[in-house]
Amino acid sequence: MLNKNLILNLILIRKDKVMEDLTDVYNELIMEHSMNSYNKKKLENADYSEQGHNPNCGDEITLELKLNGDIIEDMAFLGHGCAISQASTSIMIDTLKGKKISEAKEIIKTFIDMIKREETNEENLKKLEDAIAFRNVSNMPARVKCALLAWHTMEDILKKHK
Amino acid sequence: MEQIKKDFPILNNDKIVYLDSGATTQKPTKVINEVKKFYENYNANPHRGAYTLSINATEIYENTRCKIANFINAKYKEEIIFSKNATESLNLIAYSYGMENLKKDDEIVISIMEHHSNLVPWQKVAKHTNSKLNYMYINENFEISDEEIKEKITDKTKIVAITHVSNVLGTVNNVEKIIKYAHKKGAIVVVDASQSIPHMKIDVQKQDADFLVFSGHKMLAPLGIGVLYGKKEILNKMNPFLMGGDMIEYVYEQKTTFAPLPNKFEAGTQNVEGVVGLGAAIDYIEEIGYDNIQKIEEEVVSYAIEELSKLDYLDLYLTPNKENHLGVISFNIKGVHPHDVASILDSKGVCVRSGNHCAQPLMRFLKIDSTCRASFYLYNTKEDVDKLVLALNEAYNMFKKYIK
Repeated sequence: MLNKNLILNLILIRKDKVMEDLTDVYNELIMEHSMNSYNKKKLENADYSEQGHNPNCGDEITLELKLNGDIIEDMAFLGHGCAISQASTSIMIDTLKGKKISEAKEIIKTFIDMIKREETNEENLKKLEDAIAFRNVSNMPARVKCALLAWHTMEDILKKHK
Repeated sequence: MEQIKKDFPILNNDKIVYLDSGATTQKPTKVINEVKKFYENYNANPHRGAYTLSINATEIYENTRCKIANFINAKYKEEIIFSKNATESLNLIAYSYGMENLKKDDEIVISIMEHHSNLVPWQKVAKHTNSKLNYMYINENFEISDEEIKEKITDKTKIVAITHVSNVLGTVNNVEKIIKYAHKKGAIVVVDASQSIPHMKIDVQKQDADFLVFSGHKMLAPLGIGVLYGKKEILNKMNPFLMGGDMIEYVYEQKTTFAPLPNKFEAGTQNVEGVVGLGAAIDYIEEIGYDNIQKIEEEVVSYAIEELSKLDYLDLYLTPNKENHLGVISFNIKGVHPHDVASILDSKGVCVRSGNHCAQPLMRFLKIDSTCRASFYLYNTKEDVDKLVLALNEAYNMFKKYIK
């Protein structure tokens, strides 16, 4: 049987870890993007407009996309929700804008794998650019859905685009 | 009060501030031990065996039914039906009473503060029977006014289903008044007591509800055990909800006759450990006494309201009429999403719920997406409130320079 002190220590370590992940996640970059994003606007002449939502949390976004051939020319979003869902959407837009669709698909997969802790290779994660800031969300199970909302919505758009 | 906390192992193992009793309460050692004792000494399938062990299990199961009948002052023990939870109890009423008694143009009246469990089943009944589902709305004090009651409950109303205490606002509805008025109009009344029975004495005869439901796990009992109380004369006329073992009298190849109350509504092997745990929870509540529970809660909740009201950055969603408020406080840091607040509070060991609390129509009515909710019970202390306030200040400080 584990002794009680050991259990208590484990709990304390877990708490410290939670706090560390938290300050790491709620950093300057994420806060700015969540509260005052320049990507939060209506996109004129969008080719795709897709809604994403997490009914349990009330997070809702509408993601808009304009293509030029197979290049993502412009993106924007509207919506409301927690800081993580909103910042993740805005930072995803920064990352994917100007990329080819095939590149975008790979970045999305890498991001989802990172959050699921299936991708930890530093070299591979570099292609996420600023979106790497969400890395520690993988240690916050209650918030995984928030971070992934925009990325799954973007996946849905690209599935529709043949 | 620290003495009460000692009765709850989880609150001692991990130094958490547990403020989510509205979702589920922690369990006292007494409940945990009684469940263990049942499996170590008495486990058998009740109503089945002719051997002593099964007879003992039956006795424990049926004695707890009597205990619950006494606890809520039901006239007959067979008016107590065991279910999985309040949700299942409400579904039983919706299917076995609502579906079979409502006709086109009849009306069902519920309130805008209902939990989805006392709302979605009635939508289904309304759709199926072509009846109408009408809502009693709340005023600026988050309360249902007398005028609203009289306007919405009409001669066409056949069922009124109302929560005793709102799981979001903590508003205590005047169910006795609603019941009296509904009966005058010829409607039956269903009371959801899930959020009230942990905190206050319920007397079903005095209240005169036709049905009353609650979940055990919100009143110190294990998860997965609930109760349906119904007036005997109404339950007797109703058809069974779930079919299967132990709810029958004679089964032929093509037809079946059903057992009398209460077995008619208890198909299949029941959650006996849940029943045992619920019995122990009632014993614990009666040992402490509702008077004491109310005294403790009033002190802690009043203090919480006082302290939270001092925080200018908070929106609070509660009635100013203290006598109409109980147990839960919903709030938001202005401009910050409740999930972010709850994550930050969690990192400080403070457990609050964030989200729509299974009350989406209420959220839409209040024009908000979600709230943080701190809910209190007898084991909470003023120190818990202080820790909540400290953690809230910290959350606010993390966000304040970004809030537009």
